[in-house]
Amino acid sequence: MASIQYREIEGRSGAYLALLGVLGALILAGLGATWYMEHNGHHVTGMSNRIVWGMPHVFAIFLIVAASGVLNVASIASVFGRELYKPLARLSGLLAVTLLAGGLAVLVLDLGRPERLIVAMTHYNFKSIFAWNIFLYTGFFAIVALYLWSMFERRMNGYTGRAGLLAFVWRLVLTTGTGSIFGFLVAREPYNSALLAPLFIIMSFSFGLAIFVLVLMAACRWTGRPLGDVVLRRLRNLLGVFVAAVLYFVAIQHLTNLYSARQHDVERFFLLDGGIYTALFWLGQVLVGGVLPLALLFGSASRRTLAAAAVAVIVGGLAQLYVLIIGGQAYPQAMFPEKDVASSFFDGVVASYTPSLPEVALGVGGVALALALTAVALKVLPFLPQSLADGQPRSA
Amino acid sequence: MNPDRREFLGWGAAAAAGAALAPGFRLIELAQARSPQEAASKLQRWGLLIDITRCGECDACVTACHEENGVTGHGRPETDAQWIRKVSLRDKRTGYAQTLPLMCQHCEHPPCVDVCPTGASFKRDDGIVLVDKHTCIGCRYCVLACPYGARSFVHEATSGQKPDVPRGKGTVESCTLCVHRVDRGDTPACVEACNKDGGKAMAFGDLNDRDSAIHKRLRAEPSSQIRADLALNTGVRYQGL
Repeated sequence: MASIQYREIEGRSGAYLALLGVLGALILAGLGATWYMEHNGHHVTGMSNRIVWGMPHVFAIFLIVAASGVLNVASIASVFGRELYKPLARLSGLLAVTLLAGGLAVLVLDLGRPERLIVAMTHYNFKSIFAWNIFLYTGFFAIVALYLWSMFERRMNGYTGRAGLLAFVWRLVLTTGTGSIFGFLVAREPYNSALLAPLFIIMSFSFGLAIFVLVLMAACRWTGRPLGDVVLRRLRNLLGVFVAAVLYFVAIQHLTNLYSARQHDVERFFLLDGGIYTALFWLGQVLVGGVLPLALLFGSASRRTLAAAAVAVIVGGLAQLYVLIIGGQAYPQAMFPEKDVASSFFDGVVASYTPSLPEVALGVGGVALALALTAVALKVLPFLPQSLADGQPRSA
Repeated sequence: MNPDRREFLGWGAAAAAGAALAPGFRLIELAQARSPQEAASKLQRWGLLIDITRCGECDACVTACHEENGVTGHGRPETDAQWIRKVSLRDKRTGYAQTLPLMCQHCEHPPCVDVCPTGASFKRDDGIVLVDKHTCIGCRYCVLACPYGARSFVHEATSGQKPDVPRGKGTVESCTLCVHRVDRGDTPACVEACNKDGGKAMAFGDLNDRDSAIHKRLRAEPSSQIRADLALNTGVRYQGL
């Protein structure tokens, strides 16, 4: 049987080096931002005692969620046996690793004491979802590495299915863990819902696939490798389904809250009079991240609209996480029912937050790190098939 | 015996008895205090009872706490640490106004301890919730998890630290119930200040000790917990809320 031919990208062109140069500069900017924040303390950021997680966390959680989702493409091939996706599996596994690395780098570099990472690796409180996540993330690296090895090493090919199944189950648990970081917070009305775990899983499907589509299109285009319409049509439909599913979960989340009088104030905040959070919800999350991509994906068949839809999904996804993470903290904690509350510690008022440049630089640095790792890996190992043209022989 | 002389002898006898007995009482107090080597015990559960009907527009507790613990600000209210704060309440319908001090509630089931990845947030056997400054990595998850907004992240370098109260940039901190004073057998600074300069609204004691004043009052008078719906069994109780 014919097999797929994979080959490293050449990686000697001026454009490739320029790409690495730009990404490297962004990584350096992120490191510089970290140094600035750690040297001066976090008061130089937009974060405060009321908004303790800011822009770095929006980027970090976006990358971590997308990392687990981008692996779906490989899972569809090895777990669900869709041959069409098989040539894409290696790139899918690679992006899963690099996006997670980028996200974790941001998360760790934002810590108050990043040099104490070793403490986090040696002291565990097993009731903490964060502690579980440390194992879930490191386990994910190991399992995806095994999975990739089973794809690369001919003698190991027979184990790809099993490794893929393990990776698929692990990634579902991993994203459950990420969603539960918020879902298990009893103290905050905007969180504290079991729905956040499945919502994060479906978000990961959507964000991960959007990133995959863009990286695949860029990689094929810049290396002159053919990319057929059949593959892209599948990915387009899949992305459309995922985007719709995210909208469905978001709708259910808000409808459930709207039904409960206890949650009316929270819903009013997010849907009606929450200022920037309301605007980002409707314009960013719903319109740009949901309605627009659906219109682009199902309204036209051009590659340009597919790419535009993927970009819109990413922008909408960042908006969604901003609303959830920062809006969820900005909304005042309910301690005294039926009372107007005021204090010098900003009780009872919507906490203010303005993203600062170092925070954004750190977040963007994480994205750049993920992309730079991907670009280097594509040059070092044969992750990309030589051709994804329609009618190519499928893998043995 | 003329009345003056009788009165003088009476006072003299009282003073002599006082002088003779006081060291004995002091001994009992010392005997009951824990030695520094002794671990905190589950037999005790330290707590506060705050009668907010006696709490007025003063902030003696806040000043005393921050003075005692060396918590100084940098003129940046959004990032400066606050271990205790005065909260003003106004009923949305009737306009009835109240004020109360709010700090770490020293929960029996503290969410901050649950979420802490390294175990830096911990609860002593005697119920005091603390942060281990050596293992806190500054992730701020506990700040997110606390229902009372009681925790602060140290956003910049600290100065003027007290020997008993370690603080550090990049870690999280909150009310320690003046654990260093409690271990010496004293009451927390806020309680002392409230009873000296404030409305005598705050009482400190062992919630497990049936003979303690705080236990007797909790037995006999109504009291409540903030966010009792979360069933955290707070060590800080309020009256008049």
